[in-house]
Amino acid sequence: MEKISIPVMSDLAARGESPEYLFWVGCAGAFDERYQKVTRAFVKLLHHAGVSYGLLGKEETCTGDPARRAGNEMLFQMQALTVIETLKAYNVTKIITCCPHCFNTFKNEYPDLGGHYEVVHHSQFLRKLVDEGRLKADPSVFSDKTIVFHDPCYLGRGNGEYASPRAVIAALRSKTTEMPRTRSKALCCGAGGAQMFKEAEPGNREVNAERTEEVLATGADIVATACPFCMTMLTDGIKFRDKQERVKNYDIAELLVQSLGL
Amino acid sequence: MLKQLVFIIVLLLTISVFAFTIRRIAGFFRLTAPFPVSDWGRRIQIMLKVAIGQSRIFRFPVTGLLHALVFWGFLVITLGSIEMVIDGVSGLERSMAFTGWFYDFVMASGDIMAYVIMASILFFMVRRIFGAVKRFGGIEMQKKSKWDAVIALLIIFMLMVSLAGINITYVRLHPNDYEGVFPLSAIVGERLSATVYQLHAWHEIWWWMHILLIFAFANILPYSKHFHVFTSVPNVFLSRLEPLGYLPNMESVTKEVRMMMDPATAFAAAPEGEAAPVRFGVKDVEDVSWKNYLDSLACTECGRCTSVCPANITGKKLSPRKIFVDLRARMKEKGPGLLKDPNFDDGKSLVRDIITAEELWACTTCNACAQECPISINHPTLILDMRRYLVMEESAAPAALNTMFSNIENNGAPWQYPQDDRLKWAENL
Repeated sequence: MEKISIPVMSDLAARGESPEYLFWVGCAGAFDERYQKVTRAFVKLLHHAGVSYGLLGKEETCTGDPARRAGNEMLFQMQALTVIETLKAYNVTKIITCCPHCFNTFKNEYPDLGGHYEVVHHSQFLRKLVDEGRLKADPSVFSDKTIVFHDPCYLGRGNGEYASPRAVIAALRSKTTEMPRTRSKALCCGAGGAQMFKEAEPGNREVNAERTEEVLATGADIVATACPFCMTMLTDGIKFRDKQERVKNYDIAELLVQSLGL
Repeated sequence: MLKQLVFIIVLLLTISVFAFTIRRIAGFFRLTAPFPVSDWGRRIQIMLKVAIGQSRIFRFPVTGLLHALVFWGFLVITLGSIEMVIDGVSGLERSMAFTGWFYDFVMASGDIMAYVIMASILFFMVRRIFGAVKRFGGIEMQKKSKWDAVIALLIIFMLMVSLAGINITYVRLHPNDYEGVFPLSAIVGERLSATVYQLHAWHEIWWWMHILLIFAFANILPYSKHFHVFTSVPNVFLSRLEPLGYLPNMESVTKEVRMMMDPATAFAAAPEGEAAPVRFGVKDVEDVSWKNYLDSLACTECGRCTSVCPANITGKKLSPRKIFVDLRARMKEKGPGLLKDPNFDDGKSLVRDIITAEELWACTTCNACAQECPISINHPTLILDMRRYLVMEESAAPAALNTMFSNIENNGAPWQYPQDDRLKWAENL
């Protein structure tokens, strides 16, 4: 495959170009070693489908979401107002992001501070590309695999999006199954509300261990996620049970890339 | 005449006691913070679907169906109760019978529902007393809560027994010319052998028992978890309309941040006459919004929230139900003092003394609790307001979160990576 050159907003602006979408990579997408692979997969898909997009690169910063969920409203708003200024400078109107937490913050919370955008989660965007025939999955790649989807709280309950990630998985033509606690009844991975950045309070087990049990009980070969924190929690949970050989944890974008052979 | 007089005295007594209780509770609302309400059209839709249609409660299918039957039954039976009050005051019998087919419909459905409710309540009672339903337990559930539930169920059961008793004896007393339709009581009545004298006596007994139970129930409700009979429908009407993922913005902070970020005002003194906000976040009852307090009055302690809470399931101290049970109890404790003196301080506070930081930090804001609540209580928002107090007033975040804050401040990410490395993932793509 040819080398992909990443379109950075400042370069594009210097050339007088303004892309249709801003791809908001997010901190996990930029720094988390495992989730960097998801970012790479998603960018491959964007290029494959010929999407007009740009990203902020070194100008990107935290949306402030983890600070807000941890009670630090001051820091959240400083981040948010800074981001809104940056996005204004590039006339950004449409944002795609792989992180449901960034998605929720842009979509639901930035409007209160004057930032109004059309915000799309990558599961929704990939569904659109699949529906339009711009990403054609090879039905043989996953035909003998069973995939179970874990609903991220901020995509599912938080924003009512249960269908898009499942539509993307359906395009893979794999076998699918569901956990008993699914969709609006899904159990959290344990990382939301800034838990990702601290130790859990004392209890009798970790939330991700509880959820991992449920994943393993389905007998699925692959647990698909659509959130960087869910990925960390489930990957850790599966490793903790020493099941990483039997059950793989992939983001839906990675599954599409595998299916397309990119 | 004597019956009318007695009835009117009892009715006035009931209304006075009820008014006294409601006035006391209404006074507590004066202590709370504002909560703006708009979009009435959408609210009516939500109320019809969630409250009248009982949509949320069906998420637990079996008990959900039984609850819905009791609720819908109460709606038609309440129309009959209104007639009974009119009858009692005016000395008439079946005063609403002139409404014709509507009367037949209300009486017939009320009669059937009385037996349906009896069966449902029996099931609930057996489950309460003998069943080991996990969500009925928990640190916030005292012995009192169990008896509170059982007594309310018992009253409802007797309300239905007496209603059936009224219907049966009424049909038997006027076999050829009774008003209304009573499908089940007519059948039961046929199998009953009793003299006219006995029927008259029992009709009076059931009638008075029914009406006195209604009056007693109305005055017990505000002191029990069954207050939801009155508060849950308005509470659903006042549901938060934004997606569950949304957290409300703190305007007071926005003002400060904007001033800090604007070079023209960043180093200026605070403008004269503008009082600083009293407090960031929620520390005690005087900081909650009136909707938070209404939530606490509407909470039925069903525990659906706690039963789906990932923190609670995995043995952490947090129980979303406890947050609202505590708020209600704390208002009862501190409210009277605050009403006398706005600076009243009993040396305690809701956050820390009653709800611990450990509970608040265990929340993953996953919104499973808010999703499940049949009467649209939003727990995570209040939990977050309490975290805001801990962080912004006490600077008391867990150490790891303070590290996360300084990472965001210094390098724009919750982890300690230099901003210049933000495109590292794209190397060799």
